[in-house]
Amino acid sequence: MNREDFPLLKQDIIYFDNSATSLKPACVIAKIQDYYSNYSANAHRGDYDLSFKVDQEYENTRELVRNFINASSLEEIVFTSGATESLNYIVRGFFENYLEKGDEVLITTSEHASNVLPWFRLAKKLGIEVNYIPLDTNYYVTLDNVKKAVSSKTKAISLAGITNVIGDARPIKEITKFAHENNIFVVVDGAQMVPHVKVDVQDLDIDFLGFSGHKMCGPTGIGVLYGKKELLEHLEPINLGGGMNESFDNQDEVYLKPLPTRLEAGTPNIAGVLGLGEAIKYLENIGFDNIAKQEHNLRKYLIDKLIPLKHIDIINLESDSGIVAFNVSNIFSQDVAYYLNKYNICVRAGNHCAKILKNSVGVTNTVRISLYFYNTYEEIDNLVELLSDYDKIVKEMI
Amino acid sequence: MDTETKREIIMENYTHPTNRNKEHDDSYYMVNTNNASCIDNLNIYIKFENGIIKDISFEGEACAISVSATSVMINNLIGKSKTEALNYIKEFYKMTEGENYNSEVLGEGNAYSDIYKQGNRKTCATLPFRGLEKAILETNK
Repeated sequence: MNREDFPLLKQDIIYFDNSATSLKPACVIAKIQDYYSNYSANAHRGDYDLSFKVDQEYENTRELVRNFINASSLEEIVFTSGATESLNYIVRGFFENYLEKGDEVLITTSEHASNVLPWFRLAKKLGIEVNYIPLDTNYYVTLDNVKKAVSSKTKAISLAGITNVIGDARPIKEITKFAHENNIFVVVDGAQMVPHVKVDVQDLDIDFLGFSGHKMCGPTGIGVLYGKKELLEHLEPINLGGGMNESFDNQDEVYLKPLPTRLEAGTPNIAGVLGLGEAIKYLENIGFDNIAKQEHNLRKYLIDKLIPLKHIDIINLESDSGIVAFNVSNIFSQDVAYYLNKYNICVRAGNHCAKILKNSVGVTNTVRISLYFYNTYEEIDNLVELLSDYDKIVKEMI
Repeated sequence: MDTETKREIIMENYTHPTNRNKEHDDSYYMVNTNNASCIDNLNIYIKFENGIIKDISFEGEACAISVSATSVMINNLIGKSKTEALNYIKEFYKMTEGENYNSEVLGEGNAYSDIYKQGNRKTCATLPFRGLEKAILETNK
């Protein structure tokens, strides 16, 4: 659906790598071009009309984001370069000051590197422990397993809302309820969740959330850090500079601006912010119910066609998103991706930045198909036809 | 070399690579070689003796082009001096860049003479050679 909105789809390309990044609709591209062509002044310098317009558009987008995830105030919405920066900011700006030696943070083996490595570094620095909530046989996180993993030392649980290889959705609401009863903070990596399902941070009672614009039809280099206001108040700015300070005279007299501005030092990615706002409007106009339903239907169609193929080993038969990870018998995943590339089909091969997932799944690398609402049944037919013929794959993979 | 012969060399060396996971002792020099943009990742073990490559083995995960190229490298360079190996590598790089090269030096390595047309596979073919080159330069210090 909505394929006509995407200029790239005019090419003869089948794009199945939406978990890496999504395509951009014409309205988002036009918004960015309009900014750079017609009012490319700086933000927060409203002394002249152009800059005032930028300011308005910039802050209007913050309101769009607030409404989009149903945050309770604008102060809770911070623009970052993406989910990675958001998660690093949360770990370094908040938890580095909050956690103490011996405290425990729980993650899972299916987390993306950006929700693993910041914690690993903090563990080395502070002497905290990073431990893992066990996955069930379908590689899912259950509330029971969370309860079993939590100890008296647990101070934070940090996990993806939806993961990027298995595509499982975590029971975030149940987890936050249990965690808060035990004085544990919950950080959610929303990179693969926010683009695909409606997220209400108040209903889910999430403490911190990070997500990226480019996986949800927006531009690259823009993302959001959400935090409950009372927590963000304690988040130490990592970047200091223009725009975030109120005044300074000497090293003892530095006064910072209120939230969220003090967490956005320097000239922001204005075009990115405006493009993200346009992407949000675009997705909301389609409706997340429609998006989720289409992805679900497409995935079911794909899975049903792949299951009978004996040489295809599907890693995630169960999944809540449009992701299918698989391998072709005795063929390195990258060779499968190269083979499909010969037919203009874009898929991703590798570990997908989830390098410790192999400890749970037993497979290091996979081919990953990740669908979005603009994919079609015909595209899946093309893919399946190419994957059906094992001899053809072997013949054409080099 | 015709296309079918090239294909046979690549497939044979991929499906039955020389010295993959062969045992090696402490006298072997180890280099890791990997591609930043993909998932090829190999450890290569080389036994040097008086400037001569006496043996090479490897382990790790990589695509058909990388694995087969490693096997071809092993077949072609065991018994060669470091200088001869560096010359071979230089000619191989020229070939993968689409430049003029001396095909007589490369033997089975000529199977990769079309790789320059596939930008995203060049690094796969050169992977083992970058590893060996590094090992030679490091042991020459």
